[in-house]
Amino acid sequence: MMIRFYLDGQLVEVDVKPTDTLLKVLVDKLGLTSVHYGCGEGSCGACMVLVDDKLRYSCLTFAASVNDKKVTTVAGLLSDHELSPLQKKFVENNAAQCGYCTPGMVLVAKALLDKNPSPSDEEIFDALAGNLCRCTGYVPIVKAVKSAARR
Amino acid sequence: MSMSNYFVVGKSLQNSSIVNHVTGATQYIDSITFPGMLWIKAVRSPVPRGKIKKIDYSKAEKIPGVVKIITAKHVPNNYHVNLAGLGVGPPDEPVLPEDEVNYKGEAICLVVAKDEETAAKAANLVEVDIEELPPVLDMEEALKPGAPAIKKWGSNVFMFGGGMDGATPPSSPKRPYFLVKRGNVEQAFANAYEVVEGSYLIPPIEHAPLEPHICVAKPEPSGKLTIYTPTQAPYFVRDNVATILNIPASNIRVVSPHVGGAFGAKVDPEFEMQVAVAAMVVGRPVKWRWTREEEFTISTTRPAVKIELKDALSREGRILGRKAKLLHDAGAYARTSPYGVIKSTVNLSGPYNIENLRYEGYCVFTNRQPSSAMRGYGVFEVSYAVELHMERAARKLGIDSWEFRFINAYRNNQVTATGRPIDDAYLIEVMKEAAALAGVKLPPHLLQLSS
Amino acid sequence: MAKLRGRGIAAINYPTGMNLGGDPSQVVIVAQPDGRLVVNVASVELGQGIKTVLAQIASEITGVPVEDIEVRFGDTESAPHDTGTFASRSTHRMGNAVIKASEEIREIVLNTAAKMLEASPNDLEIREGRVWVKGVTDKSVEVKQVISQAQFTYNTPVVGKGFYVKPKSSVDPETGASDPHSTMAHGCTVAEVEVDTETGFVTVLKVYTVYEVGKAINPQLVESQIIGGIVMGMGAALTETVYPRYPVLDFQTTSFRDYVLPTAGDIPEIVAKIVESPTPTGPFGAKGVGEMVVNSIAPAIVNAVYDAIGVQITDLPITPEKVLKALKKSGR
Repeated sequence: MMIRFYLDGQLVEVDVKPTDTLLKVLVDKLGLTSVHYGCGEGSCGACMVLVDDKLRYSCLTFAASVNDKKVTTVAGLLSDHELSPLQKKFVENNAAQCGYCTPGMVLVAKALLDKNPSPSDEEIFDALAGNLCRCTGYVPIVKAVKSAARR
Repeated sequence: MSMSNYFVVGKSLQNSSIVNHVTGATQYIDSITFPGMLWIKAVRSPVPRGKIKKIDYSKAEKIPGVVKIITAKHVPNNYHVNLAGLGVGPPDEPVLPEDEVNYKGEAICLVVAKDEETAAKAANLVEVDIEELPPVLDMEEALKPGAPAIKKWGSNVFMFGGGMDGATPPSSPKRPYFLVKRGNVEQAFANAYEVVEGSYLIPPIEHAPLEPHICVAKPEPSGKLTIYTPTQAPYFVRDNVATILNIPASNIRVVSPHVGGAFGAKVDPEFEMQVAVAAMVVGRPVKWRWTREEEFTISTTRPAVKIELKDALSREGRILGRKAKLLHDAGAYARTSPYGVIKSTVNLSGPYNIENLRYEGYCVFTNRQPSSAMRGYGVFEVSYAVELHMERAARKLGIDSWEFRFINAYRNNQVTATGRPIDDAYLIEVMKEAAALAGVKLPPHLLQLSS
Repeated sequence: MAKLRGRGIAAINYPTGMNLGGDPSQVVIVAQPDGRLVVNVASVELGQGIKTVLAQIASEITGVPVEDIEVRFGDTESAPHDTGTFASRSTHRMGNAVIKASEEIREIVLNTAAKMLEASPNDLEIREGRVWVKGVTDKSVEVKQVISQAQFTYNTPVVGKGFYVKPKSSVDPETGASDPHSTMAHGCTVAEVEVDTETGFVTVLKVYTVYEVGKAINPQLVESQIIGGIVMGMGAALTETVYPRYPVLDFQTTSFRDYVLPTAGDIPEIVAKIVESPTPTGPFGAKGVGEMVVNSIAPAIVNAVYDAIGVQITDLPITPEKVLKALKKSGR
């Protein structure tokens, strides 16, 4: 079946099977580098995207369900090739090493800060709890989120 | 040399990869794709040990989109050991098994199909008749006489010596452990005021990089093979794949762009060997993306290591002598384990000065997924055992934990367990810094010590 | 039922490079027409920042600004042989090779600049991306311009080659006598824990840790290794194993639902300090860092639990179940 959706601001049309996950379509069919397969079961967060501004594990989302919707990956946070303030804070704090979890981490932080511009430490921990990182030990990621928050 | 003598060395420059990471622009292997690319799924052993009686491919082959089923007969040079380049032998691991399986999940054959789903569906339809054999799982049991032998040479232990361990001369005697000895350990125990024994265990630990194993192999029209893989060691992959394909290494190009975490998980080239064989047989690009479950159950782990330590102690708290026995669970195949055991065994003194010692390191085979390098390899396990043992010994003697370590810390101009002169000791200084950082007030007689 | 607190320490050392040595690294540095440099290595970027570290080393010696140095990595077609990125070897082994290759470039730069500035190479110095005649404030030329002119005015290829190996040590089969490592780095970690005697749950409250790294080529990247290593080691201490009933296969973990990794909320305050004791064998004195930082925290935590409950648990990970059993044994 053909579906169409806005991917990081661009309208895309793609032929999908009813059983295809959004992750599969984004990576295998559209060749995106900004979403990553990590576990396929919503345990790690490397595949996270925003669907109409709501966080979704793309590995657990049927591609057909995003028809006519807006899908945002971390690549969509750039404006005029400029990093968003949040992305800049990740850079300043060296909050990425291998980078594989980073798109999910940044999107979770964005979703949190959009809803709650001054989160407490506990609220930051809760927001990040569904995203695994094996390199950084989370400390620089939490620092980046804190420094991007309005205090 | 002070920091100010340098222009850029010693400065916290931004990691040059990080802008790509935070914008999702970094290219990992999963985004590499080619027209006509095929996908792999494995048929895996349901049992930890068994004889393969019969494999029936007929149902799987009928699935539309299945291109080829790859088995041991497609591998030009099936048996290998990946440290052969260091002189380790004998080759003990098949790329794909011929008549027996030695761990649960071992790949029996590979289904190559037009897409991942078709390959998975067909793999489920391959019928394997296996005669299950009692598995060897416990290292202590594996070493007992009469234990079922899982290695073709009739035991469950790697033989060190004889030049087959990548370390000793070819003329040296073989024994079932790597030996480090120094001084007169029996005399040290005869003189001991106190003897402290302990046994410590590290279980298998998963590296869990966020990026699972993934590989694309693409036969080129020139006859060469390009392998895209997040390996930690491109030339190690190249040389090992060349060995099992029986082609010149110069015919293989290995490309490892940004790796999505590794920690040792992406050193062993056995995964790339399987993908390379499939690509060469079908003559088309093939891709294999391991699931997280395969990552846990098939990929290497940190080895389980059991370390028994026995120290002879003086009344003042000096370690007069140490006996150690280290059992390293290699899993079903050697991989890097013989190397890891030697690295562990030579480091069993930790950062302490011990003049009389006897250390035996065993590389034991069991019917579980092969273990291999993980961050801190060989020493993680030793540091754990030694530091727990130091605590146990200090308490038995009634000496403060810090003081006991200061008394025994190695110094410059002493020698290591292997007789290497020590010229870069700095433990005492580091312990003083750590105590200060933690707000621990060390007594003046310790503060005046230095390496 | 109570919450018991304890403090534990662990002191460690860690060897740099492959055990026994014999693990060579090669590099070729090639100039671009505009004077930038491309460093070709088969080292691999795993997130640790080896690209950045090697660029810093090359910049330090050649004088080419670090932003004008590109490190191309991980391709056997463009890069000469390297043993691999493991065993805490890349900064040390490849760093040494990059120094040698950079010194060849530096010599070409000085010889070419000598012609351009009409001075002796011995009277020149490189700083701030320029070659200066020592003691003369108005006689200088940009290094990149020198490298460009070397190629197109003086017909000189600007290529640097570097090789480094610690020769493989022999081993006495009767005693193990050998020279296995290039240098030892050191660490000492103090962990403070709280043990809930009702649930057996161990909380790491605070970690103080010091690592001696020879020389930190890039302190922020070293600190990143430290924090990441401490957290990975904490996982090993408290929750992680593929076989919870080792050695039997039952309950083998298959996913992140049953194999529990630390998450953002589990991380204690980590106070880290880097100290330096440069080794003559290392590039600018640097030792290997990436692996050592995972090794000291697990024994420090287990020793802290020993301090708290008076029983030493010997098998990792120290799950609540093991803690409760230990408490029962001790009668506390």
